[in-house]
Amino acid sequence: MYRYILNRLLFAVPTLIGAAALVFVLMRLIPGDICVVRLGGGGGVVDPKAVAACHAQLGLDRSLFLQFVDFVVGFGRGDFGISMWSGKPVVVEIGSRIAISLEIAILSTVVAVMIAIPLGTLSALRQNSWLDHIVRTVAIAGIATPSFWLGIMSILLVLEVSQLATGAPWMPPIDYVPLWVDPLHNLSIVILPAITIGYRYSAVTMRMTRSAMLEVLREDYIRTARAKGLLEQLIVNRHALKNAMLPVVTLVGIEFAFLIGGLVVTEQVFNLNGIGRLFVQAVQNQDYTLTQALVMLTVTIFVLTNLVVDVLYAWLDPRIRFG
Amino acid sequence: MKKHIRGMAVGLSMALSAALATAPALAQTPKRGGTLTYMIPADAPPSLDGHKENTFATLHATAPFYSTLIYVNPENPSSTTDFVCDLCTEMPKPTDDGKTYTFKIRKGVKFHDGTPLTAADVAKNWEYIIHPPKGVSSARESYMVMVDKIENPDPETVVFKLKFATSAFIPALADPFAYIYKKDQLEKDPHWFEKNIMGSGPFKFVSYDIGQSIKGERNPDYYHKGQPYLDGFVAIFAAKQSVRVDAIRADRAATEFRGMPPSARDQLVKELGDKVNVQTSDWNCVNLITPNQKKKPFDDVRVRRALALAIDKWKGAPALSKIATVHTVGGLVFPGSPLAATKAELEKMVGYGPDIEKSRAEARKLLKEAGAEGLKFELMNRNVDQPYKFVGTWAIDEWSKIGLHVTQKVLPTGPFYDALRHGTFEVTVEFNCQNVVNPVLDVAKVLPRSVYPENYGGYEDPKLIELYNAMLHEIDPAKQREKMRAFEVYALDTKVDTIMTPWWNRILVQRSYLKGWKISPSHYLNLNLANVWLDK
Repeated sequence: MYRYILNRLLFAVPTLIGAAALVFVLMRLIPGDICVVRLGGGGGVVDPKAVAACHAQLGLDRSLFLQFVDFVVGFGRGDFGISMWSGKPVVVEIGSRIAISLEIAILSTVVAVMIAIPLGTLSALRQNSWLDHIVRTVAIAGIATPSFWLGIMSILLVLEVSQLATGAPWMPPIDYVPLWVDPLHNLSIVILPAITIGYRYSAVTMRMTRSAMLEVLREDYIRTARAKGLLEQLIVNRHALKNAMLPVVTLVGIEFAFLIGGLVVTEQVFNLNGIGRLFVQAVQNQDYTLTQALVMLTVTIFVLTNLVVDVLYAWLDPRIRFG
Repeated sequence: MKKHIRGMAVGLSMALSAALATAPALAQTPKRGGTLTYMIPADAPPSLDGHKENTFATLHATAPFYSTLIYVNPENPSSTTDFVCDLCTEMPKPTDDGKTYTFKIRKGVKFHDGTPLTAADVAKNWEYIIHPPKGVSSARESYMVMVDKIENPDPETVVFKLKFATSAFIPALADPFAYIYKKDQLEKDPHWFEKNIMGSGPFKFVSYDIGQSIKGERNPDYYHKGQPYLDGFVAIFAAKQSVRVDAIRADRAATEFRGMPPSARDQLVKELGDKVNVQTSDWNCVNLITPNQKKKPFDDVRVRRALALAIDKWKGAPALSKIATVHTVGGLVFPGSPLAATKAELEKMVGYGPDIEKSRAEARKLLKEAGAEGLKFELMNRNVDQPYKFVGTWAIDEWSKIGLHVTQKVLPTGPFYDALRHGTFEVTVEFNCQNVVNPVLDVAKVLPRSVYPENYGGYEDPKLIELYNAMLHEIDPAKQREKMRAFEVYALDTKVDTIMTPWWNRILVQRSYLKGWKISPSHYLNLNLANVWLDK
């Protein structure tokens, strides 16, 4: 298995280099200049001398080839450089945001899995019953409702309900405090986004769980197990659910990787200073170094998540062996 | 009917709140203590260095930590001419025919590390701002073109020698970004202040979480005795408007200091009543509609005149002000300035006539003469809702009334600037947004690009430059006003280099316990929080 993991990691190298080249070129194809945005975005005079000094300071006066070599070599050494917008090391910029993005991703995944797997399984076991219809309706509503809209509505609901109940509107704090500093304050900030994101996430997972379970429940080995007189609970838990989990695990893995950098609008709605918001800022500000690093981070997360999912496959299905 | 009554109630409540915002605050004695939480309507600023940056995000995050030589009077910030000392002891009278200004610096001022601040620090900072050394960028160099040299004859004196006398100098010197840093640190590493904070202002730096919040605590050694009143402040970055509105509603923050659209004001007033105050002001920002004269048919003044004539500013401004952050019809000069045109003067210029039907008939005639009837073109705009897109959509509707077919192309800030600088647009909505009201410098926006880098009209015009220089060098207020009129009439009426839209309207909703802070015509001003207190 170690050999398999090593091979997969080696295969990730060309993927990462390809992504690096692509993001490097694409960022420079976007019209605009970070120095002009920085100096003139607020309405000030953009002095050509100041722009030239800014270009020199950011290394943008060098050839594209040299800039690319610097980026790739730096990435290889684990040095992502300095953010062109803030002047701070990219590692610091990302490091200060990754905790909240990870926390939201983990909590949303927990919420999603806790809702999706039991309900998806029940829905499959009671196919076409009233329970199945309700679960499917909830799932379709979840898929159709954008998380950011649900986020806005949930904040408004909290405000309105608290005003009605106490006379004073209440909403979760907007100043983030890490979990290890003040767990209650932290949870009051992250719980609403985790639920709103987790709901959409659970809807997709619920549908996948249901359809995978339906397929597995019609397999011969399930019929055999029932013919042997095994308890229904054992059949579902040990034989059906475990085998139905293969596509579900893949989906959960992809969704988890997406959540790390993809919660662009939701992070704005809840004023969460996460990776998704940073991504948008970096692109808008034309901060090449930061955008490149964020793309590489996302690609790396996807590659590693896929690897973890593949390893999980073998645990779920002993027939799968690593070549 | 119900809606109407609700509207009246909101209006009455707003009027009451506005009245409460000013009158009683003046009479009350400030209370000490408490922490002010306010929001910065932006993501993380590019750096913390005021000398280098131009964005309000830097200023709203760092102004409470720093001192400046002079500033707009914090007790009277709505005035466009009231400048007072911050670090100096007395506003100087110019000598040498208006070309020398001698400032005496306060004694006993200390930086937050305990070291004394002297005139040498002030002189060195201004030297770096006006004549930045190699490798150092200053965003304010071009505002100080009148300064020849800065002298520091003794530890208490700074002398500014000008190349020519001009009324633009004192307002330019009150630039809120012109923080006074510690000279030794500036010389040792001029980039140090991009990532670090150490000033002599009313608050000492506590912490900064990138893109999240910045915190400060009272400076017990502050040189304005008795101030600041607050124990500290927390500024939270919140780029999204709905977050800011909800946060004020739930009292997670007391205010923001940029500006809100009318809808947000109405919502908060309706929901919170007398728990909030509303302050409003004309804003020293304006959208301009600029044709690219390098593109046909916009090189033809008749077409540009037609574009100006079609827009009914007098009717449009009050209607737009209900939904967008615009309010007052004006010319090139900020409406609150003594140098601004009166209504009678404005009405004489193209696009300001009181009879819109007559104007539009003339516009159609001009288009026909120019062979541009039914002209189709693209209006470029910046991807910012307030008020850019509102203004752009309004202009398009107005132009449709003279048979023009205009589409709007909205671009994010980076590509928008790129198109402006490369002239790859036909007509654009752009903007002129300044901090201290300094009309003599602010109107330079319409000068050709060879003189003013932020002009995108694609024209050269020696006569316009000549008129500007005459006005710039005039120090007699009455004569300067006349020369400003001549410059304005030439730019807006004779050549129609740009079309002014209503000036912006700054609306701030604040929790009513926030006292002492008064609105100014710019979101860059009056932000050191020294005179702010909490009535809790």
